[in-house]
Amino acid sequence: MADNMEEIKKATTSAQGIQARFQLGFGQSAKTHFELDVEIAIPGQGITAIFGESGSGKTSLLRCIAGLEKNACGCLHVNGELWQDAAVFVPTHKRSLGYVFQEASLFEYLTAMGNLRYAIKRNNQTTNPELLEQVIGVMGIAGILSQLPEALSGGERQRVAIARALLSQPKLLLMDEPLASLDTARKLEILPYLERLRNSFNIPILYVSHAVDEIVRLADHAVIMAQGKVIAQGGITQLFSRADLSLGVSNEVGAILECKVMERDKQWHLMRVAFNGGELWLPNVENKQNTTQRIRVLASDVSLTLTPHTDSSILNVLSGEIQEIINDQDPAMSLVRLKVGESYLLARLTQKSLQKLALTLGKSVWIQIKSAAIVR
Amino acid sequence: MSLTDGDMATIWLTLRLATTVTILLLIFATPVAWWLATTKSWFKGPMSAIVALPLVLPPTVLGFYLLLAMGPNGAIGQFTQALGLGTLPFTFWGLVVASMVYSLPFVVQPIQNSIEAIGNRPLEAAATLGAGPIDRFFTVVLPLAKPGFMTATILGFAHTVGEFGIVLMIGGSIPGETRVVSVQIYDHVEALEYAQAHALSGVMIVFSFVVLLMLYTFQRKRKAVGMTYGR
Repeated sequence: MADNMEEIKKATTSAQGIQARFQLGFGQSAKTHFELDVEIAIPGQGITAIFGESGSGKTSLLRCIAGLEKNACGCLHVNGELWQDAAVFVPTHKRSLGYVFQEASLFEYLTAMGNLRYAIKRNNQTTNPELLEQVIGVMGIAGILSQLPEALSGGERQRVAIARALLSQPKLLLMDEPLASLDTARKLEILPYLERLRNSFNIPILYVSHAVDEIVRLADHAVIMAQGKVIAQGGITQLFSRADLSLGVSNEVGAILECKVMERDKQWHLMRVAFNGGELWLPNVENKQNTTQRIRVLASDVSLTLTPHTDSSILNVLSGEIQEIINDQDPAMSLVRLKVGESYLLARLTQKSLQKLALTLGKSVWIQIKSAAIVR
Repeated sequence: MSLTDGDMATIWLTLRLATTVTILLLIFATPVAWWLATTKSWFKGPMSAIVALPLVLPPTVLGFYLLLAMGPNGAIGQFTQALGLGTLPFTFWGLVVASMVYSLPFVVQPIQNSIEAIGNRPLEAAATLGAGPIDRFFTVVLPLAKPGFMTATILGFAHTVGEFGIVLMIGGSIPGETRVVSVQIYDHVEALEYAQAHALSGVMIVFSFVVLLMLYTFQRKRKAVGMTYGR
């Protein structure tokens, strides 16, 4: 983790990015006591996910950054601006940020447009009509602007809340599990809007979530939290290829590869994609603008052989080297980290197979990939 | 059974008194209610009890102490004399001060309850959108606590109209200055002018009924709106 920290700090020069250190204690008795103690450095662009289980302190961290936790000690720089240190505490309303809460938290007595105007009036900048139009367009709320929040669905309310946060023209957008209060259908409705948000506005976003599928789809960087502490932070591909973090429940563990589309095979409806270490054939998706694809390979979809099999139905076979073997929570299973060129894959194997094939660190193996999902 | 000019004068005086008291109380009670609703201080308990005292004390007790305090040797009396205003007892403004004390809980408590019901979230949302504390009060607290302010206004006004004991202690019965409707009715009865007493009492009953009807209709409407929260 320490070397990652250095790496990120180098990438985020003092004028760019967000550097934060916070300490905050809650609860008097030992039973209810919770302490947040974090230090993070985040690039000044793209979506950074703050990932962890409930109660790991994700929301507290976000509230500290927003200045909503008055008792937090620490320091905070956002794109070169000092927001907090031992002597300075910029109050929330003077921090150039947008905050999307778990529940939309719209002003119920104002229409959707009234809620947007509330933000526009207070952003201390000129809001040109094109921006307003763009935000309304990206969030798809043109048709509901005259409605009161009580007349809107949960998904619509959350889209208005995101638009409202954007219209305060923040230097930093904080989103606290914006999808958590919605059902699956509504989540799927909003996710594309969040992707458009990432692509349309050049605002760094901190996105709190405990849902792996949201993070692999949206985020470029991640901060992994547990029990009030940061246990890892860095690029999403790098973090998700680590065997020791076991992000998400065991059937969600899987590596991420950033791939480039090389060729589309019309006859078999396949496409050939290349990553830093090999190539894969995947079901073709007609997506003209996306020449890069983010692929997720679940550890449970990867199997190993000692010789290349030509009589297998498996299309994607790569050669690699065993880097790390970790015991799974399930005593029958283990998690194996594989180096493929400059990239990494994870494989979930039984302990029995591990012994049968005599798999040890540094051994060269053939990697069979049963399926890979295009997440973005 | 008709109202005399004297009766009409007392009605106007009563309305003037109640209006003045209500307006002043809304200004004075709002910060008190805000403090009570948001403080974590140990003093919240004692302060709540002080605000609620007029609910349980006989008006004569309040009136007695106010009479002493506003008299020439009392603290308030010394103060008003130093300002060159003379003493307050048996004047309209003396009645205003006494009525404000007497009606305070009826204005503070509804406002306090409605501010407590708002919770932190709308205020936090406003802060993240760039609204400072005063801005937040006028654009978030006031609209969301509106039912509380309405109830406080109605109750404060009606309660001031209905007071008697404290008026008698502080104001006496000076026509045009301190003789309000309740005192006028008392005087009519003392003078055995039952017809006059009937007329004024009838007015009071109708007024009180209409006010309470307004209050409950208004509260029921609010509840119906509140039920359609989210979807």
